[in-house]
Amino acid sequence: MTQSEQRLTESTVVMTADAVSDAIRRMATEILDALGQSDAFVLLGILSRGRPLADRIANEINSVTGAAPNVGSLATTLYRDDLRSGMGKPRVGAGETHFDFDVSGVTVVLVDDVISAGRTVRAAMDEVMDYGRPKRIQLACLVDRGVRELPIQPDYLGATIDTHVEDHVAVRLAETDGEDIVLLERVAE
Amino acid sequence: MANRARAEAVDPHSEGGAPPVPDSEKGGWSRWHMLGIEDLSRSEIETVLDTAPQFSAVQRRESGIKKVPLLQGRLVVNLFLEPSTRTRVSFELAAKRLSADTLTFTPSSSSVVKGESLHDTLATIEAMHSDIIVIRSTFAGAPNILANRHPSHIINAGDGYHEHPTQALLDAFTMRRHIRKMRQDPEASLDGVRVAIIGDIAYSRVARSNIWCLTKLGAKVVLCGPRTLMPAEIKKMGVEATSNLKEALDGADVVYALRIQLERQGSCLLPSLREYIQLFRVDNDSLKVAPDHALVMHPGPINRDVELAAEVADGPRSVIMEQVSNGVAVRMAIMHLLANHV
Repeated sequence: MTQSEQRLTESTVVMTADAVSDAIRRMATEILDALGQSDAFVLLGILSRGRPLADRIANEINSVTGAAPNVGSLATTLYRDDLRSGMGKPRVGAGETHFDFDVSGVTVVLVDDVISAGRTVRAAMDEVMDYGRPKRIQLACLVDRGVRELPIQPDYLGATIDTHVEDHVAVRLAETDGEDIVLLERVAE
Repeated sequence: MANRARAEAVDPHSEGGAPPVPDSEKGGWSRWHMLGIEDLSRSEIETVLDTAPQFSAVQRRESGIKKVPLLQGRLVVNLFLEPSTRTRVSFELAAKRLSADTLTFTPSSSSVVKGESLHDTLATIEAMHSDIIVIRSTFAGAPNILANRHPSHIINAGDGYHEHPTQALLDAFTMRRHIRKMRQDPEASLDGVRVAIIGDIAYSRVARSNIWCLTKLGAKVVLCGPRTLMPAEIKKMGVEATSNLKEALDGADVVYALRIQLERQGSCLLPSLREYIQLFRVDNDSLKVAPDHALVMHPGPINRDVELAAEVADGPRSVIMEQVSNGVAVRMAIMHLLANHV
């Protein structure tokens, strides 16, 4: 980290490890209630943390029904809307899109850790539709932090956090960061 | 519960929201043009190689559209003032798969035949407000001249005997992919990998660009060819040179055969094709001294049974067709880096 990036922030825990597990379990139940059996839908995890979340939801569903839905990953890096003006920086090595099932005629549930502007989800939808024509696309998010820039809302949601634009919501998961926790970081006055 | 903590350096694209991460901390790209390998750093080369795999994946989509919207609405002009089919088609395909609009000027079909000067051809292109110009020319330095007077991103698709940077990059990408697969190490580099380049070195821009690229990536390069076609001071580029094929192929991890220009036979530079074939052809016999895992590569088009035996070109060690598809992916990566990251 360089000098210019060190800021002192106030860090508040908004979800403990237990709260994260409970939220995932609840979302899995809601998905099953809404969509029926495990073979009626597929899960696509977005970016880095959406995939372990999708895997956990699939495990929960497996423990209830005895069958897990198919899970894949979406990188969305090739569909971002902020690259034209050079605003984006190349994300190299962030992982690649990978799934080995057909998305046409299927219910696709996109899974992400945080929804804010909604642009990532829109990029994910654009990408999925380049692979086929899903019957329907739904969205599952662990955290909704508001500050929307597009009319996109999650169908399944873990928790809502009220934030300002300059705040940062840090989701950490055991698979990627060694622990389960959700932190709200505000710039200290 | 509140505690003081340092802000985490996070990619601004993640929905958490955070300050942007400086280029020095992630694979950065800041060049407006792709003119040659000579001026590129190892890190810049690796950025191109690391950006290409996602575009390979786009090409391999089975059920989906083989296209991404990264250059939507942008204009890519292919200015091929020297004949070419494979490179031209590769660039056209790369641009189209990025959703760009393309225009191609080739010598026979362009007004160059009608006597229009290069200056006017370029002025016409300028008036079309192109975003990227891909230029192949018999004149070394033509891309540099174009870059100095034109606001578009310029990509050198081969300038005289000077450089062919996109070829070297796709070659390095191909080699690295195989080394990683062979060693089962997804992070393996080309450091210490032995590459033998065989043929007409003096007149080969492919050889020149490959030498720059491979030496910057830490590979050991051995050149082999007739002494008449080997530049006198070539060792200053940090390579070995020999006119003994077996010596070059001994222990080679990669065998790269260059096209011998048939026009050279009968000139004082190359006494006869038959002599070239006897001394320098890459075939099953000469490959006996090379390890089993050695890759066989060629930039194309191949003179079958001249520099490369047909059964080797079509054989199990050959990755020539893979070079072609990797070429599209690498060119997509280059266009994306130029157009979207500066």
